[in-house]
Amino acid sequence: MSALQDSVTRAPAVAAVPKGNIALGYLTSTMVVILLFAVPLFAKNFVIFQMTIWLIYAIAILALNILTGGSGQFSLGQSAFYALGAYTSAILMEHFGVNYVLTLPVAGALCFAFGFLFGLPALRLSGIYLALATFALATAMPQILKLGVFEHWTGGVQGLVVTKPDAPFGLPISQDVWLYYFTLVISIVIYVFAVNLLKSRTGRAMMAIRDNEIAASAMGVNVSLYKTLAFGISAGTTGVAGGLGAIAVQFVAPDGYTIQLAIALFLGMVVGGVGWLPGSLVGSAFIVFVPNLAEEVSKGLSGAVFGAILIVVIFLVPHGSRQVAYKIQDIVRKIRK
Amino acid sequence: MELFTNQVLAGIATGAIYACMALAVVMIYQAIDQLNFAQGEMAMFSTFLAWQMIQWGVPFWGAFALTLVISFAGGVMIERLLFKPLANAPILTHVAGFIALFAILNSVAGLTWDFTIKQFPSPFGSAPFLGSQLISTHQAGMIAVTLVLLLALYFFFQFTRIGLAMRAAAAQPESARLVGINTSWMVALGWGMASAIGAIAGMMIAPVVFLEPNMMGGVLIYGFAAAVLGGLSSPFGAVIGGFLVGIFENLAGTYIPGVGNELKLPIALALIITVLVVKPNGLFGRSVVKRV
Amino acid sequence: MPRCLLRLPFAALLAATIALGGVSPSAAQKAYDPGASDTTIKIGNLMPYSGPASAYAIVGRIEQAYFRMVNDQGGINGRRIEFISYDDAYSPAKAVEQTRRLVERDEVLLVFSAMGTPSNAAIQKYLDAKKVPQLFAATGATRFGDPANFPWTMGWQPPYQTEGRVYAKYIMATKPDAKIAVLYQNDDLGKDLLKGLRDGLGAKAAMIVAEDSYEIGEPTIDSHVLRLKASGADVFISITTPKFAAQAIRTAARIEWRPLYVQTLVSASIGAVISVAGFDNAQGLVSAAYNKDAADPQWRDDPGMQRFHAFLDAYAPDVNRTDNSAVYGYGAAQCLVEVLRRAGDNLTRANIMKQAAALQGYAPDTLLPGITVDTSASDFHPIERLRMMRFSGDRWELFGEVIGGELDK
Repeated sequence: MSALQDSVTRAPAVAAVPKGNIALGYLTSTMVVILLFAVPLFAKNFVIFQMTIWLIYAIAILALNILTGGSGQFSLGQSAFYALGAYTSAILMEHFGVNYVLTLPVAGALCFAFGFLFGLPALRLSGIYLALATFALATAMPQILKLGVFEHWTGGVQGLVVTKPDAPFGLPISQDVWLYYFTLVISIVIYVFAVNLLKSRTGRAMMAIRDNEIAASAMGVNVSLYKTLAFGISAGTTGVAGGLGAIAVQFVAPDGYTIQLAIALFLGMVVGGVGWLPGSLVGSAFIVFVPNLAEEVSKGLSGAVFGAILIVVIFLVPHGSRQVAYKIQDIVRKIRK
Repeated sequence: MELFTNQVLAGIATGAIYACMALAVVMIYQAIDQLNFAQGEMAMFSTFLAWQMIQWGVPFWGAFALTLVISFAGGVMIERLLFKPLANAPILTHVAGFIALFAILNSVAGLTWDFTIKQFPSPFGSAPFLGSQLISTHQAGMIAVTLVLLLALYFFFQFTRIGLAMRAAAAQPESARLVGINTSWMVALGWGMASAIGAIAGMMIAPVVFLEPNMMGGVLIYGFAAAVLGGLSSPFGAVIGGFLVGIFENLAGTYIPGVGNELKLPIALALIITVLVVKPNGLFGRSVVKRV
Repeated sequence: MPRCLLRLPFAALLAATIALGGVSPSAAQKAYDPGASDTTIKIGNLMPYSGPASAYAIVGRIEQAYFRMVNDQGGINGRRIEFISYDDAYSPAKAVEQTRRLVERDEVLLVFSAMGTPSNAAIQKYLDAKKVPQLFAATGATRFGDPANFPWTMGWQPPYQTEGRVYAKYIMATKPDAKIAVLYQNDDLGKDLLKGLRDGLGAKAAMIVAEDSYEIGEPTIDSHVLRLKASGADVFISITTPKFAAQAIRTAARIEWRPLYVQTLVSASIGAVISVAGFDNAQGLVSAAYNKDAADPQWRDDPGMQRFHAFLDAYAPDVNRTDNSAVYGYGAAQCLVEVLRRAGDNLTRANIMKQAAALQGYAPDTLLPGITVDTSASDFHPIERLRMMRFSGDRWELFGEVIGGELDK
């Protein structure tokens, strides 16, 4: 798509985000974290489970944000990496009896390698062509998972049931609460990693590519390396989210990882705000809770209601929740003055 | 050998579906420089409108013409109401808008006309064409319509003032404005034309695949693939791309042992991506010069 | 001591008073689990109201309407049914979330007729751990009738494998030297039915000379049909969902391929498939059935189907009644109402499963003559028999006896 290439004549696909603005301040961050840790004290197990799913999707959206917001590459194929991570965890746990905690780094590493390799041919593609390539990946993945050759491990069309882990060390908390805290800690680690990544030399190189590839290349940034690296990191992170998702849902099946999931993650990123990492939480909330809301309004038209809500949101805040956050920041500053 | 010829012929017949859709894809790309993910659903919705009119007793060609007019107006209206206000939003936000449109059209069609498949009449009948059982008169008619459409588009973009203006507005909006082109209305016009061409595609495709709210899901993927393969800037390339995808897909399914049949779509897509890696602007697309 | 003497008669008197007046005698027998009370029974359900499988959501709408009718007629043993149906978009992750919402927040007594194999498979383990009945799961996958491992899960319709075995029996009896070509949808429906067919053919599984699968994303399946014709088969088994079934029927007719054409029951609906594909193209088609077809003129005077049509007229007039899903939803809902009626005032989850596993010879309005719902403590496949039928003119003609394809226990 020339939009990404032709930055003279049109708005870039990804609005440039100043490096200092990709994360929340320390005070706000601490408050959010405390709040998240406190939730299980006053929530039902069902809500805790929902919040676990919310965190997991937030990780996946964050991963897409590293790719798109960070390096300006567009992907409709995140569901494929998510699926690969989920199946890796599920197969290791169920067929090889590996502890669930250990399956996550494996899922992440495998997806990193896969994403990195996929990033190589993707180097030659940009914009729409990259969208099509990643889209192809997303449609291919469920079919590959169904293949007869892998059926012994994947369970074929029937999928694979995963055992839910108990809380360790005899902690007196339910499986749901334990899994929530486990996911929360991993989310925080990944978030801190992502913030530091984007603020580092690597992140600056990626963002330079995002803002203007040719200029970045002229200034000596190794474009191929950083673009593929962004793909790898994004895929690896998505893989960890997929693994967590498999453990939380206790089930993997090809039908769970269709293009619908990739589209949902994409919407989450847009609603959250491209390039603004805390927005991943907002975007994830959108894709987890808004369908429930739409369904409350009308069962027969839930798809239409969801679409209408989405349109309202992008009309009000075309830059996603990032726009709201900046607005609030401005107001706070004015009050302080 | 007979199987081979049969598969190629059937590939051409299915390829006509893809080619038809790919033309609509190229049309919108010419107008807005993006792919519209809701295009298939717009075509499906138009086809349902035509079907409803035929149910009410409107003769086929009357319904056909009315549908084109309504679709054109609808396309322009969608642009004015939905995407013009978002003109300054990032492109990814537009993509989210397409997805929203997709969800709305699909859901409304499902509630209005339900999900059972419906027969859509063909103006060309369904007898074997020239004695071949593989291509029906409808499919031959569809190929003819696609080619006529292609010629019309070619002349429109090459030789008419408005067609040239539209191309200029999509490729270089700033410069186009400077030479006095109303770029905003060019975009709306492009939406209208893409919507009308989509409606033709839908009405040609429906007799083959049956009419239902999800009928364009698969078709659109192939239409995108065909357009991208042929080159998004070239209507001619899109049509060739459509036939190539149709034929290749069938041959992959028939002759690649083992997984060929189960993975024919991924294999077809992988091939297209390989082509793109070698020729990033598609087989017939013109290259875009990047600049700082 | 005197105080004790005094107390004893008093206690007896008190007991007698309670027994006679205060509380009704049946109080002792009333037993409730979450979701049941003197006035209501809460039933949970999952349907793909949005997403690619939304065509099936009509089942949920019919079930909702059916329970509304039951409530209008006074409910079940005086209790109203509260039917809570959520959208799972056919996604396993969403299905788990919504099921937990049903069980933990809405506190339903049971989950009824959740749609689709992936969703049911995803929630099976959770419901089993919670000991919540997963009744009449709306899928034909065999795993939903396994009382030894999943005593809280029961399917309803004939398992796909059973149907496959029925066709195997039929083919071996009528065309012992057939060459079979199979077209199947690459999902649990296709794979399971094909397995049943293979198992049914047993040692003669080599009769299958060609197999081709398709994905639901494919616009047309012409090329598959061509390939299968080229295999030289004289029996064609089409394990397809409606759109593809109609395409295959039409394409086979156009390329003048006239094998013994077996269409699986999921797409044997006259209104939704055969009439769209064209009656001329469908003459001689063979299929199996357990439900009556709403568009088949032969059931016009059937009392059961008259009740069905009266119900639709009153409670779901806008639903396309030729859609198979309408008949399906009606039959399943009626069957659940029967189970709840039999459970009486003992509305515990354990008793619901006990009653569901004790249906013998029960026939909802929509089942074909000779086919009944039969369950036992070791048989969690309620419907396991089918009748063969052949399409002729504008209707299906039943032929032969009721065929059982009971899976090996």
